[in-house]
Order: sequence, then structure tokens, then C-alpha cells
Amino acid sequence: MEFMQLLLSGLANGCVYGLVALGFVLIYKATEAVNFAQGDFMMLGAFVMVGLVNPQFMGLNFWVAVPIALIIMGALGYLLDLTVLRFMFGQSQIAVIILTIALGFVIRFVAGLIWGHEPLSLHSPLALGDFRFGDVVLSLADLAVIVVTLLMTLFLWQFFQRTKLGLAMQAASQNQMAAYYMGIPVKRVQGAIWALAGVVACVAGILYASKGTLDISAGFIGIKAFAAAVIGGFGSLPGALLGGIIVGVIEPFAARYLPAGYSQIAPYALLIIVLVFRPHGLFAQVRVKKV
Amino acid sequence: MRFHFKTTYDQDIRLFPDWWNFSLYAALILLLLAMPWLIDSFFLGEMTNVLIWAVAGLGLMLLTGQTGQVSLGHSAFMALGCYTTVNLMEAGLPFLAAFLLAGAITGIIGAIIAIPALKLHGVYLSIATLALAILADDFIVILDHWTGGVNGYFAPEIWIFGVEVNRWVNPAAWYYLALGTALFVTLIYRNLVRSPLGRAFAAVRDSEISAQAMGVDIARTKTLAFGLSCAFAGLGGALMGLFAGAFNNETFNFLISIQLLMMIIIGGLGFIHGAFLGAIVIAFLPQLLSMSTDFMGSSSIPGLETGVFGMILIAFILFEPMGLYGRWLKIRTWLELFPFARRDMFKRQKTYLKTERLR
Repeated sequence: MEFMQLLLSGLANGCVYGLVALGFVLIYKATEAVNFAQGDFMMLGAFVMVGLVNPQFMGLNFWVAVPIALIIMGALGYLLDLTVLRFMFGQSQIAVIILTIALGFVIRFVAGLIWGHEPLSLHSPLALGDFRFGDVVLSLADLAVIVVTLLMTLFLWQFFQRTKLGLAMQAASQNQMAAYYMGIPVKRVQGAIWALAGVVACVAGILYASKGTLDISAGFIGIKAFAAAVIGGFGSLPGALLGGIIVGVIEPFAARYLPAGYSQIAPYALLIIVLVFRPHGLFAQVRVKKV
Repeated sequence: MRFHFKTTYDQDIRLFPDWWNFSLYAALILLLLAMPWLIDSFFLGEMTNVLIWAVAGLGLMLLTGQTGQVSLGHSAFMALGCYTTVNLMEAGLPFLAAFLLAGAITGIIGAIIAIPALKLHGVYLSIATLALAILADDFIVILDHWTGGVNGYFAPEIWIFGVEVNRWVNPAAWYYLALGTALFVTLIYRNLVRSPLGRAFAAVRDSEISAQAMGVDIARTKTLAFGLSCAFAGLGGALMGLFAGAFNNETFNFLISIQLLMMIIIGGLGFIHGAFLGAIVIAFLPQLLSMSTDFMGSSSIPGLETGVFGMILIAFILFEPMGLYGRWLKIRTWLELFPFARRDMFKRQKTYLKTERLR
């Protein structure tokens, strides 16, 4: 029974990692950049939601606030691309990495200014109920996280495989100049993907905040989501979810069965092992470049 | 404007291109040597801090600026250098021997760690090194027999040839220790860049495939770059920990390595001067901010430092990717060519990104 309980809580945590990892993968798939600020995006999305819902701020109804928060974060993602990232067009990946790390710092600073440094909790209807199966308890929030994550992954995966825009995004990342020649508005496509990443981050943020308290350092779970994305192969959406679940499930088991002090090492040790033995993740998408 | 009429190939790789250049640097070194008589002990401490950051920055510069491998994990090597120095000193070695040996050990361990990391490119390398930096924090807690764990260490007394180096008793001695280390590392760096190895570093940075075609052994070059870079970072970390007086696992947080990377970018990636300019920015920014918040009459704002730092960095990446030193080079060229400098001389070329991904 304990095993099932650990598995379930790991699964729910892993889905949040998976959602943040989806954001990384989306941006990586479409722009070949890695957004080190995705975790901070998630934190910001959660705080926007807190600002809309909690009584000490605006006090809107939860279900009214969800679409508003999604729109705000989508618009923010698009504006960020328009004002900052578009200037980095065609520059090296490394420059974008450093830029997004700096963006993360700025986002954390701004969120701290607006919402303060005290931990807050979101007044979410998801945080109330729970289900019991024998001894195993599954909270409503955990269930919502798992269901929403699965739906999001399925939707985004099909979006990239089937729709014209999704294919255009993949083409734009693989060879920008060739994509231009094929009539793809590369810059606008990139704006769209940043908006989408903002929306995904907001979903992750709302679910994260429903599961527990929230403070401005919540964005650091982005580092665990990195482990998830890398394990999944960084270019693969289902891979990101699988990676997230692996990281999420390992954590509670490591905490239960390993001596104290060693348990928090587990996800990073796994990340390094995967990088050493399968440098491009479990779902590799890179072959050796031929000149 | 000075013209260099070159008659031998050696002129291309001289330490100083001409007498004017040599005398400028000689004057700078004299000024730095005279510093303890010119400024008070508070600013001398700040200068020491600048030099310590510059030593660590030169380490990362060698790897990132010279060889093009971005590491977000240098805080781990700084911690390694610091704890190795302290442990060697406790084993009875004199400070100077322990310090240099710790640098060498850090370099060797860095090179060993680099061997599996060599397979990783770009983003993957930076993520792996970031994981390393986070793991270092946990390992310091686990290995508390050597590291003191969460309680940390108080820096032992440092004696060099019978002179006590103590931050509070004689700050000038600390300053000279940091200055000596910085000069030592700079000299190694400068000579490295002039040597075939340094050229190989630059070749790997610019294009691995063409470097390979020119006969550069990529694996060996990257391993050496990693090892040397870690050795410098280890020296910088040892100085940083000892200068702080007390240190634990938090002192070498992974944010330090991110700060180090930002520092060399603000200074100017690929230039020795860049490491020093970046170190000046990183050491004096907190002072400047606290002074300006005092001036505005408001209480201190938490997180202001990193926030402002992030904004400065964004501005640099967008508007001056070559950093402060790159800006200075542009200004100097403009002055030298005056009135004939053209506006678009330094315009960035339009580039398009291509990937090696297939799906």
C-alpha cells in the first residue's frame, strides 16, 4: 500500500515536472533555443492566478480566472518574444541560454516586488477533496494534475504532428533559411510558440499552486524539469512527460529508501547518468552531422 | 594611430605588440602595487574581492570565451579548490604549497570529469554542469568529515614566509596575495593563448568540424581546456572561501557559477580584460545599489541585486554582445579612425540557425 501511495504522489509531482519540461521542449522544438526561464514562467503563471483568485487581491471566481490567467501569460510570452527574443534571431543557442537565465532573474525580482516574498497558497477548488481507494489517498489536485498533463501532452503532440502550424514550427527550427524559402513566416511562428509556452507554463503553475504553497523560488523546480526534458531527449513531447514521471517517481522512493542527504541527489545523478550514457536522451533525435 | 611593420613571424605572438603597449601595462601594474597606499582598507578589501572574482572569471573565460564550452558548474570546482586547500593545510602543508597543489588537484579532477562531458554539446553540456553544481552542494553536506557540512569551516590562519595574511590585521597582505594570484593566472592565460594549444582552443570554439579537419584533436583539446579552467576556478574558489573567513555548502551555491558566467559576458567574452572588467561590475554593483537605495531613502529591497544584474545582462546581450571590453575596442577604433569611422562597421551579420536534429 505504501508503495502505491509513493507511486501516486510521485506520479502527480512528476506530471508537474513534465508540464514544465513540455514548455522547454516546445520552445526547443520550434526555435532551437532552451528557455532557462521556463520554471520562472511557471512561477509567474501561478502568481498571476493567485493575484486573480485570492481574496486579498482581486478575488475572482476560480473558473473565471483560469482563462484570464492563461490569456495574460500567453500575451506575456508573445510580448517577451516581440521585445527581447526577436533580437536574438539567428544568434547562437548559448546567447539565448544566458539571456533566458537573466530573464529568470528579472521575473523572480518582479514577482517578489508585486506579490512579496512570503509563501502564499492559491484558493483553489482543486485543493479540497480527495479520493480513497482502500488505504491509498489520491487528492483531487493530484488527480487533476495527472489528467490535465496527459491531455496537454496528447494535444500538443498531435498539434506538432498534424497541424500546418505545428509542422511550420518544426521546419523553422531545423533550418531557418530554408523555412523562409518555403514561405513560413519564421518570426511570427516563433512568437506563437513563445505564447504557447507561456500558456503551458501557466497551466503548470496553476496545478503546482493547487498542490501546495507557492513562493518566488518555486521556479527552481525548472532544474528538475531539465532533468525530465533531457531524459526524454529534449525534442520529444511524450519523452518530456515520461522523463518528468521518471524524475517524479524516483524522488519519493529515494526519500523513503535512501539515507537522508542522499535522496535529493537522485534526480540529478540520474540526469548525469543519462547524459553520459545516452547523451541525447532516451528518445534521441540527433545524428552525427555530415559535412 | 600606430602602424606595426612586421618583419618576423615572432612579432605576431609577442606578449606586447610595442613599447607603448608594454609601458601602459607596466604603469597599470605599478598603480596596482601602490594601491594600499592610495585607498583605505575598505576599498582595498573590495579590490581584493575584484581580483578574486577575476581569477575565477579567467578560469571560466578560458573554457567559455576561448574554447566555446559553456559551463554552469564552476561553483563546484571553486568549492573543490577551497576545501582541498583547507584540508591540505590541516594536513600540515604550508599555505602556498597547499594552495597551488589544490589548484592542480582541482584541474586534474576537472579534466577527469570532462572526459564523459566531452560527448555533450552546447545546451547539454551546460545542463550537465548545472546538475554538477547542484550535486556539489549535496556532496559537501554528505562529506562533512572533510567539509564540515552545513556548519562549514572557519578559514585557518594563513602564513606566507613568516608573514601573517589576515584580512582584518593587514588587508594589504591579502590584497597582494590576490594580486599575485591574478597576475600569475593572467600570465599563464596570456601565454596559453599565444601557444598552439590556445590556437586549438579558438579553433574548437569557432567550428569543431573545421578544427578537426585542420588536425586538432578535439577530445584532447577540450579535456585540457576543462582541466586548466577548473584549476583556475579552484584557485579563485580557494581565495574566495578563505577571504570570506567562514564558508559552508551555501558559499559555493550554483548561483555563484551563474553569476560567474554573467560576469564574463558583461566584461566581454574571449578577452582577458573582460574577466577583470566583469569582476569590477560584479564586486561594485551591490555597493552601488545599496548606496542608491540609501540615497532614495527607501529600505533595502530583497532580490534587487540579482534583478538589476539580470537587467544589465539582458541589455548587454541585446545591445553589446561583446561586453564592456568589446565596447571599448569599438570606441578606440572610432577614435583612431576619426573622422573616417563608418557607422555600420561593427554591424552584426545576419545569421540563420540550422540544427542537427532530424525530427
